[in-house]
Amino acid sequence: MEKSEVRLISEEGRRIDGRALDEMRPVKIEAGVLDRSDGSAYVEVGKTKIYAAVYGPREAHPKHLAQPHKAILSCRYHMAAFSVEQRKAPGMTRREVELSKVIREALESVVLLEEFPRSAIDIYVEVIQADAGTRTAGLTAASVALADAGIPMLDLCAAVAVGKVEGKIVLDPSEEEDKMGEADMPIGMAPRLGSIVLLQLNGRLSSEEFREALKLARKGINIIYELQKRALAKKFASAEPLVEE
Amino acid sequence: MYRVGAKPYPTKIMQDKLYELISRGERLDGRKPHEHRPLDIKTSVIEKAEGSALVTLGGTKIIAGVKTSLGAPYPDTPSQANIVVNAELLPLASSYFEPGPPDEKAIELARVVDRCIRESKMLDLEKLVYIPGKSVLVIYVDVYVLDYDGNYFDPSVLASVAALATARVPAFHVRDGEVVADPESRVGLPIKKLPVSVTVGFLRDKIIVDPTALEESAIDTSIVLGWSDENEVAAIQKSLPGLMRESLLDELITVTREKSIELRAKLMSAVGRIGLP
Repeated sequence: MEKSEVRLISEEGRRIDGRALDEMRPVKIEAGVLDRSDGSAYVEVGKTKIYAAVYGPREAHPKHLAQPHKAILSCRYHMAAFSVEQRKAPGMTRREVELSKVIREALESVVLLEEFPRSAIDIYVEVIQADAGTRTAGLTAASVALADAGIPMLDLCAAVAVGKVEGKIVLDPSEEEDKMGEADMPIGMAPRLGSIVLLQLNGRLSSEEFREALKLARKGINIIYELQKRALAKKFASAEPLVEE
Repeated sequence: MYRVGAKPYPTKIMQDKLYELISRGERLDGRKPHEHRPLDIKTSVIEKAEGSALVTLGGTKIIAGVKTSLGAPYPDTPSQANIVVNAELLPLASSYFEPGPPDEKAIELARVVDRCIRESKMLDLEKLVYIPGKSVLVIYVDVYVLDYDGNYFDPSVLASVAALATARVPAFHVRDGEVVADPESRVGLPIKKLPVSVTVGFLRDKIIVDPTALEESAIDTSIVLGWSDENEVAAIQKSLPGLMRESLLDELITVTREKSIELRAKLMSAVGRIGLP
């Protein structure tokens, strides 16, 4: 990558969009936004916009995939053709296959699959606008959708990316920072358990920078986790009683 | 110890046994917790490939081959050569692998190897540009898992890097605006770094290096770290479901760094003195 002429971080330590180094983009989380699914969520992180829906637990198809002792979890992370600058071919790219796998594995860490033997839980993550941080926002949305579906979990998964831009560790990199920066590290956690459920790194970090990045990620994750809980509380507070008085 | 390819069904009992062993500083196959299995790297095993390596790590065997051609660069990197990494989990390697196009595991493996090579800046890709925006070297790295007993990441990275570091590719020249190959001479690739990856497994509060297939089925989860040199991590992938304790992160860095230095030393002696800075 060519050394850019544009400075991504100002003398005062402000980023190109005016944020401080440890500041997230505006985050919006809603639970229960799609009526057909058993659980759903909508997440916005800056211009990144994502729907997640959960179907199940339901009968596994094809049947031979069913496990006698637990539910099988499937996840499809997919980006809409119009979600990026240059139209993306609508099929699954290799990147989408990989991200579907890491998001599914993150969720498998917390969902109590043994509660639903012989069944399937299917998670669909649809990125309708991509502006950096889609896998982390996707995981955040998927875990809210699972909770919205009433599926028992050890914890929610909250995720955020940290990056390295012009030698500085920044929280929640924007698209420009991701493209021109030196590193991008998405992290997903089960915050209550103090455990990591998703961890990837693209780019170069020293051991010290890695530690600093983790600390910063924890800050963002705490914010997301609170918003997730708030979204779920709001959804269930407004839920209508199942039986009319 | 156990039949390779036999169905591992250990879970709880296996976990307890493994944990007990690790707590005493032991493993099922007699290794210490932070020890790789015996490693063997053979380079230039395929005459028709520009570069190749066969790597054996305990019961896991990987072959990687490098082929090159001329091609157009990607529009977003007009003055860089292209690297294309593909990986296949061959059905001859394990009863768990099936024929067919690469599945999510194979795609993940290829993308992790790609990340280790690309992000470590192992190759000076700008030196392989003949006409910017038009003609660059396209480097194909094809990785095949031949025998699988856990941890295909580390030997795949070793095989790919060894194949690239020992590759002899056609020397291209620009003559009257045309790129022509010199039929007489072959040159090495411009190598800047030798990235290596270290895969670790987590079991409760313990870390083991280079898990076998049996261990993989018992551990909580596993993470691969690609080290570009002694001081820099270039790629990370958490690659199994399961929880990893946040408190283990420091040990993860310390252990994988130390092991990466060890692996790199073995890799260097296998590829010989190459054009490192």
